[in-house]
Amino acid sequence: MDDLTSFRQETRDWLATNCPAAMRGPTDGDADICWGGCNWQFQSDAQRDWMHAMADQGWTAPTWPTGYGGGGLTRAQEKVLTEEMARIEARSPLDSFGLWMLGPALLQFGSEVQKRHHLPQITRGEIRWCQGYSEPGAGSDLANVQTRAEDAGDHYVVTGQKIWTSYADKADWIFALVRTDRDAPKHQGISFLLIDMASAGVSTRPIKLISGASVFCETFFDGVKVPKDQLVGQTGQGWEIAKYLLTHEREMISGGAQGLLGGRSVMKVLADAEADLKDATLRAEALACEIDTLAVELTLDRYKDMAEGGQGVGDASAMLKYIGTELNKRRHEVMMRAGGSDALEWDGVHGTLAAEWLRTKANSIEGGTSEVMLEIISRRILGLPG
Amino acid sequence: MVSLLPTEDEIILADSARSFLDEVAPVSRLRAMRDAGQGHDHDLWQDMSKLGWAGVLIPKAAGGADMGYAAANILSFEMGKTLAVSPFISTSVIAATVLRQLRTDRANRRLTEIAKGDLVYALAFDGAPKHLQNTPDVMARPSRDGFLLSGPKTLVMEGGVADRLLVSTKVKYGYAVFDIAATQTGLSSSPMNLIDGRDAVRLGFKDVWVSKDDLCGEIDQEEPILKRALLAGYAAVAAELSGIAAGVFALTIAYLKDRQQFGRPIGSFQALQHRVAHLWCEMEVTASTILNAGRMLDSDPDNADLAVSLAKVRAIRTARLAVGEAIQMHGGIGMTDALDLGFYMKRARVASEWLGDESYHTERVAQLRGL
Repeated sequence: MDDLTSFRQETRDWLATNCPAAMRGPTDGDADICWGGCNWQFQSDAQRDWMHAMADQGWTAPTWPTGYGGGGLTRAQEKVLTEEMARIEARSPLDSFGLWMLGPALLQFGSEVQKRHHLPQITRGEIRWCQGYSEPGAGSDLANVQTRAEDAGDHYVVTGQKIWTSYADKADWIFALVRTDRDAPKHQGISFLLIDMASAGVSTRPIKLISGASVFCETFFDGVKVPKDQLVGQTGQGWEIAKYLLTHEREMISGGAQGLLGGRSVMKVLADAEADLKDATLRAEALACEIDTLAVELTLDRYKDMAEGGQGVGDASAMLKYIGTELNKRRHEVMMRAGGSDALEWDGVHGTLAAEWLRTKANSIEGGTSEVMLEIISRRILGLPG
Repeated sequence: MVSLLPTEDEIILADSARSFLDEVAPVSRLRAMRDAGQGHDHDLWQDMSKLGWAGVLIPKAAGGADMGYAAANILSFEMGKTLAVSPFISTSVIAATVLRQLRTDRANRRLTEIAKGDLVYALAFDGAPKHLQNTPDVMARPSRDGFLLSGPKTLVMEGGVADRLLVSTKVKYGYAVFDIAATQTGLSSSPMNLIDGRDAVRLGFKDVWVSKDDLCGEIDQEEPILKRALLAGYAAVAAELSGIAAGVFALTIAYLKDRQQFGRPIGSFQALQHRVAHLWCEMEVTASTILNAGRMLDSDPDNADLAVSLAKVRAIRTARLAVGEAIQMHGGIGMTDALDLGFYMKRARVASEWLGDESYHTERVAQLRGL
């Protein structure tokens, strides 16, 4: 029996014992997701036990080093863990921007003290992070950061505004891009700061979206004191860190697209609506969507295989993000058409389909617009001139 | 689940195929053939056979390389990139897949001849302008230790040069496939003047007598002897289409970087950048389906139908987009015969129609997904 086979057996046994029955099977939307954080209220004892059991194993961050609260697994072992969890339909024990985005950036750029302090709090779900990138004047032109961090000796004084900060009203800390040098070229005067949301001068305001949801916020910094040891990397290195982190974000969004694609099936909605027999135009569009969904799923699998084989996905994450999100919008258009007037209610025969349809319109904007993705592909992959 | 990464052997195969084709069979070779009115390239097929391509799906005992369907798709993809003309799909993919299922001495001898490059097969399948439209078609009636075949066949690729034909027929209670000489008495052949310049014929069967020894396998309800061969053919044509897209895409990118208008390379214009970046994304997605189809044919051929039809639909759509964008982005010069773009566009159209068009394979996906 090779190492991986025995690891699989041990993992299977451990999951059988430690994954509560209530934590198996598909989640019913956002309400079932465990986000963690200082103020987190577990929705059930099972959710609490499951997160703690996984965190104790280091398996909320399977490939992070054990010294930082991770599991120290190889990519191959992580794949086994993922497969074994999928086999029993185990839910994700903890979802967080700390795990997906900040953690990888800290592992790459953070100081030893920062890693030892922040990473274990992330893996144990104790601190909930949000991302402070976009500003009212810095959307696709992300480097046009205007939020200032003035050097005041042993600390910075941060003043400015962030926008589209997901769950800022529920987060404990924020990682933010700030301008530390107003004279330097646009991309070079930016630094990467970690800020406690409980600091004096930080305030948030939720933004109501067309879907009725309010996951995004405006976040205001009014003379906020930030100790200098909360700078990640060097002053002026913020843009490099941000780009590294955005690659992770795109992989997450396209990976999330896989979840979305695996969720509500166009075919199922069509069959339920009994529209397939009557509407040849809709049927053709649904079939085209179904074909592209299968093909995009295979592409996500292929790139995952590449990543596991040690080949970086790199700039191609822009492709995954672009095709995944554009397809998701198309799929929801078809589902709305299939549902007819039944799909026009906020909470009706098709559940929250209408709100989901509206929400998909942001998929191709958040994390870099489709147009920015195409720009990355044409410049960095195809080598076209600027 | 099987890995969607190419193996080391497959990477080596692709690299060697690419360098051989770039050197020996660039598009200029097809152009010269077209200008000379030739639809078949005997010397090139001999060279390919020496490299083991003709026997890529033939057992080692019969002199083949036996590398599997993913490998066959790689060769087909590379040939698509340079529009290399060969009977590879008809002979080495479809006929080889039929013959190796028969397990008779005669079939094995023919496999050996195919592997050497000495025997070319054509598939006479469609009786009408659409794949599996089914009417009209060749009917087979029992007669004296054999059958009499009557009816039409069309788009018989390599039908002008082939030594032998695989002919699908309808019998009273099912289907039968015959392996017959191309020179059989009573068989009339008329060349199709195809837009892509390649060898194809229409066949007319008028009471053509064939021996019952020419029957491949049994008379059956579902053409099972051909089923796997057709699947392999669908996948190989999809791979060729994917190669056609890649070939014409490379020409387009080079032109975007080179061509100056308004004092700058036209590739610096965002209107073109975004379109070509979108095309690249479509090609990446289609590439995944081609790899998957090869893997499924090798690992689980009884359940490969969905993977194969998915690949062909995607390959048709992507190739159409690639050749269309290529001509539009080249502008007027792209419409001239002086450039190679037209060759890609014409072959893409023929390969899109051959062995099932977009509608045919879309409907297969619909059936397999339960719609």
